[in-house]
Amino acid sequence: MKLDHLAALNAEREARRPAILVTDTGDGTQRLVLETEIDRDPLAEVLRERLLSGKSGIVEAEGRSFFLTVQVPPVRLLVVGAVHISQALCPMAAALELDVTVIDPRTAFATPERFPDVTLLAEWPDDAFARLAPLDRYTALAALTHDPKIDDPALTAALKAECFYVGALGSRKSHARRLDRLHEGGLGPEDTARIHGPIGLDIGAVTPAEIAVSILAEVVATLRRDRIRGKAKGERADCMRHDIDD
Amino acid sequence: MLATDQTILREAEAWRREGRGVALATVIETWGSAPRPVGSHLVIERDGNFLGSVSGGCVEGDVIAESLDVIENGGSRVLEFGVADETAWRAGLSCGGRIRVFVERVD
Repeated sequence: MKLDHLAALNAEREARRPAILVTDTGDGTQRLVLETEIDRDPLAEVLRERLLSGKSGIVEAEGRSFFLTVQVPPVRLLVVGAVHISQALCPMAAALELDVTVIDPRTAFATPERFPDVTLLAEWPDDAFARLAPLDRYTALAALTHDPKIDDPALTAALKAECFYVGALGSRKSHARRLDRLHEGGLGPEDTARIHGPIGLDIGAVTPAEIAVSILAEVVATLRRDRIRGKAKGERADCMRHDIDD
Repeated sequence: MLATDQTILREAEAWRREGRGVALATVIETWGSAPRPVGSHLVIERDGNFLGSVSGGCVEGDVIAESLDVIENGGSRVLEFGVADETAWRAGLSCGGRIRVFVERVD
């Protein structure tokens, strides 16, 4: 691999832009295809499919065998609310290789002492989102403040940006009231159905750390839902239904 | 520190910029039960330091040996590992799967 290609791959990842490295496994020749260049590439159709699935793999074309290194942006978790659960959540999320940012306009909560080694923005969600790389389908958002003034705008932005996971802390009752508010604000039921509320897999979690485990388990189950046994591809995983069934 | 797929390529670039010989090994195909998914990387530098993995530790030794040869002589090659494939490689995958690994020098 040319050092230039390696450097470009790293730069694209930092910028949260997808890229694909195409390697001829026969002679080792390579080309790097940026997202903006896909349409001009001879393998355009298959590259577009691969970008959607995010999966690297071999393709056969023109009698040759190419390996596609598909690099999609690192999975990012935006935690709205610098609360007790978030303190337990951050180190666990880092261990899962998630790129974590905590957002809370309440400066009493959002302190570096409470959140060492975490990107922390003591701002309202809309202001914070304007400063970060745009929300995208490689982003998960967990709204944990219990405060509609903070959670609702964050949830709205995440749904509009098609974040792959959107979760909100709160009881069934408070979630029902939240849905009413969001619908009054112009979101449709098909949009708000994507919110995981009450947040987290139902593992009977009690402590902040246990709730953090249940949230992260649900994020992973959503990210990997096409690998969950017994589920057809594209079908919603059990994790997205348990709170409706019980 | 635990090396992630995000940090491995960054480290590969840093090592190369320091002037060290570097090879990159990538899992390009798997069959059956394989310990690491397609696209997983192992980065090796001239002195034998490495980051990441292409298996659960079963075949890393052989991949590193081949990588050192690639660092020395350039080019690229495809390695294949399978269970009980003892004539071609000393290493095998105890989980019963097969993997192909592409090894290349960073130039």
